[in-house]
Amino acid sequence: MAMAALRREGRRLAPLSSPQSITAVRSSLISQEQAPLGLRSISTQIVRNRMKSVKNIQKITKAMKMVAASKLRAIQVKAENSRGLWQPFTALLGDTASVDVKKNVIVTVSSDKGLCGGINSTSVKTSKALKKLTAGPDKETKYVVLGEKAKAQLIRDSKKDIELSITELQKNPLNYTQVSVLADDILKNVEYDALRIVFNKFQSVVSFLPTVATVLSPEAVEKEAESGGKLGELDSYEIEGGETKSEVLLNLGEFQFSCVLFNAVMENACSEQGARMSAMDSSSRNAGDMLDRLTLTYNRTRQASITTELIEIISGASALEG
Amino acid sequence: MFRQASRLLAQTLRAGVRPFSSDLPAAPTSDSAFIESWKKVIPNIEPPKTPSNFLRPRPATPTSIPSKITVNFVLPYASELSAKEVDMVIIPATTGQMGVLPGHVPTISELKPGILSVHEGNDVTKYFLSSGFAFIHANSVADIIAVEAVRIDHIDPSLVQKGLAEFTQKLSSATTELEKAEAQIGVEVHSALNSALSG
Repeated sequence: MAMAALRREGRRLAPLSSPQSITAVRSSLISQEQAPLGLRSISTQIVRNRMKSVKNIQKITKAMKMVAASKLRAIQVKAENSRGLWQPFTALLGDTASVDVKKNVIVTVSSDKGLCGGINSTSVKTSKALKKLTAGPDKETKYVVLGEKAKAQLIRDSKKDIELSITELQKNPLNYTQVSVLADDILKNVEYDALRIVFNKFQSVVSFLPTVATVLSPEAVEKEAESGGKLGELDSYEIEGGETKSEVLLNLGEFQFSCVLFNAVMENACSEQGARMSAMDSSSRNAGDMLDRLTLTYNRTRQASITTELIEIISGASALEG
Repeated sequence: MFRQASRLLAQTLRAGVRPFSSDLPAAPTSDSAFIESWKKVIPNIEPPKTPSNFLRPRPATPTSIPSKITVNFVLPYASELSAKEVDMVIIPATTGQMGVLPGHVPTISELKPGILSVHEGNDVTKYFLSSGFAFIHANSVADIIAVEAVRIDHIDPSLVQKGLAEFTQKLSSATTELEKAEAQIGVEVHSALNSALSG
């Protein structure tokens, strides 16, 4: 009778006395207030369930990585082909990132879907820093947001500064016509002296550089050309076509914006797929590690329970014999 | 530990030669004024890159007129010609066909739909382009940016005729303003294509 009671005590204390299983798996897994009877099967069941869900997560993230890799291959070719598009404009009009104007509009390019690492956060951080940089007395800075993720982040503290927000950009495959319509929309509805496009430039599959491309309005171009500096040579160029110089400069500015925006959107889409690939890759690797740890725990728990049963049987048998 | 040391050494030696992607120029310049003003206001975050970091270097203005003109012909989907040395290009400016020879005066010119012909020695390549812009710089580099361009020999004349007939018919039977405008555009493009093929 006393022996039976002692055995029951032993059974209850057995899982608690194996320190490795408790420290290896978090306490939420093996709840401490389990019933003394049948607690062995419950704990292995819980671990088994957890292993199944982790294995599923690993499969899903691996599949997402494959999908991102194939999408990246397709869009990388297009993005690299579009790189020649903005070079002539920068060669002619210079890189005027440090220009000082009254009305700045920051166009932030981001993705619609998540699970793509930190690229959207870096874009938003850069946009906010740019806003701080271009702030001053008498100056105003507004946002135009492309993509759901940046909108969600910027709407929290700068809701009144967002002029326009566009989502579902990648519903159809990206092409120049769509981007030029978008650029037209932005130019019609937003007043600006300088447009600053913030995006992630695709340098390689593991490296994305936040970049700012600046497009000036025709009036700002005239002002900069007069004051000299980078655009000082603009006056030496003859203008062909159009009625007046300002008309040609206006068309030039619009064309420049649509070209630069097209390249920015393509590079950002590339960066998004690349970032998603590496995020999903590290996620499946983590899931694999977690699965290994859980397997060890599971085996340990299982063996401990078998050993306890054996001890009981043998001690019971030896008690019976004498 | 010595293995690590040799690996780190090899890494630092390798670090100098590292173009990741296709467009890092040999000597990247950057906008120093921007970086300075950024560092003053936002010291914690790295300044973002600007297009001048990735600009391919361009030849300087020569003292004498060079013998060939360098043409960069780009479209949103491809760079058709990049830094190609040719004798002459004829561009369809809005003021008419304009011939560009080496040593041309610097010009910014708006383009209308028409033919661009590139002359190199005895070869002439003709492209039909939709509108765009052309910049001719003092260093005899011509940048031509168009939205769409097709080589003339890739155009099928029978399809052009068919398209022209179709759009003329649509124009006459159009009811709404939108339909009329679309049909008008179709007619203009096809007749320009037609005259390009014949002329």
